[in-house]
Amino acid sequence: MATYDVIFYLFAAITLLSAFFVVTTKNIVYAAFSLLFTFFGVAGIYVLLGADFIAVVQLVVYVGGILILLIFGVMLTNRITSVQMKTGTLQIVPAVIGVALFIGAMLAALIKTSWKNFNAELPVATTHSIGLLLIQQYAVVFELLGIILLIALVGAASMARK
Amino acid sequence: MSQIGLNHFLVVSSILFGLGIFGIVTRKNAVMVLMGVELVLNSANINFIAFAKFGNFGYQGQVMALFVIILAAAEAAIALAIVLNIYKTFSNVNVDEIDTLKD
Repeated sequence: MATYDVIFYLFAAITLLSAFFVVTTKNIVYAAFSLLFTFFGVAGIYVLLGADFIAVVQLVVYVGGILILLIFGVMLTNRITSVQMKTGTLQIVPAVIGVALFIGAMLAALIKTSWKNFNAELPVATTHSIGLLLIQQYAVVFELLGIILLIALVGAASMARK
Repeated sequence: MSQIGLNHFLVVSSILFGLGIFGIVTRKNAVMVLMGVELVLNSANINFIAFAKFGNFGYQGQVMALFVIILAAAEAAIALAIVLNIYKTFSNVNVDEIDTLKD
């Protein structure tokens, strides 16, 4: 299992380092591109957890959709010609203290808890099972989410072009 | 604890959650705040999938993660439309300067 461990630490390092860069850099465009690596790292963690379909959906929706939307948002709300791609920060010190306390409390809680730990079996292809769940047990939720997505996108388009 | 178990994934996701919260509370630009929200949603998704694998819940956790991704897409679209309208009205998107409703 040594290879698995190495790959896990690699993806965890990519995810956390690029997420740290996202929340600390002043340049918005750098932050957007660093978010790309965060999403890739999270997709790798999904693969390590045996969730191949979710990993591909993560790549398609987050990297292909949400990140492009965010970059559009950056480009449309900043004056590129006058090099205003910076963002300010506020209340660094209380935020650092609060977040450090919060992370410490969460880590302490989850390390002290003795989680039920089933030995996970070898990963199998998950798409078939997820598809069956989506059209049987979660059929109503699935349809409602489709309607929500349609309404949200129509609403966003009509709000943005007004 | 040399082998990678549930705790490793939970540690990664809680640190990611903390970084996301840090981004939400410290950044001025509204688009950067949205990036923090995306980090938080991703950390919740890691938790869902980790518990789905190690907690013997079948594929239900993965379906929940799929729903979270769908809602994140809807949220990003709506939020960016709102940010564009704010930019049209105030000519900037700094969340600490947009306080017209405040007296």
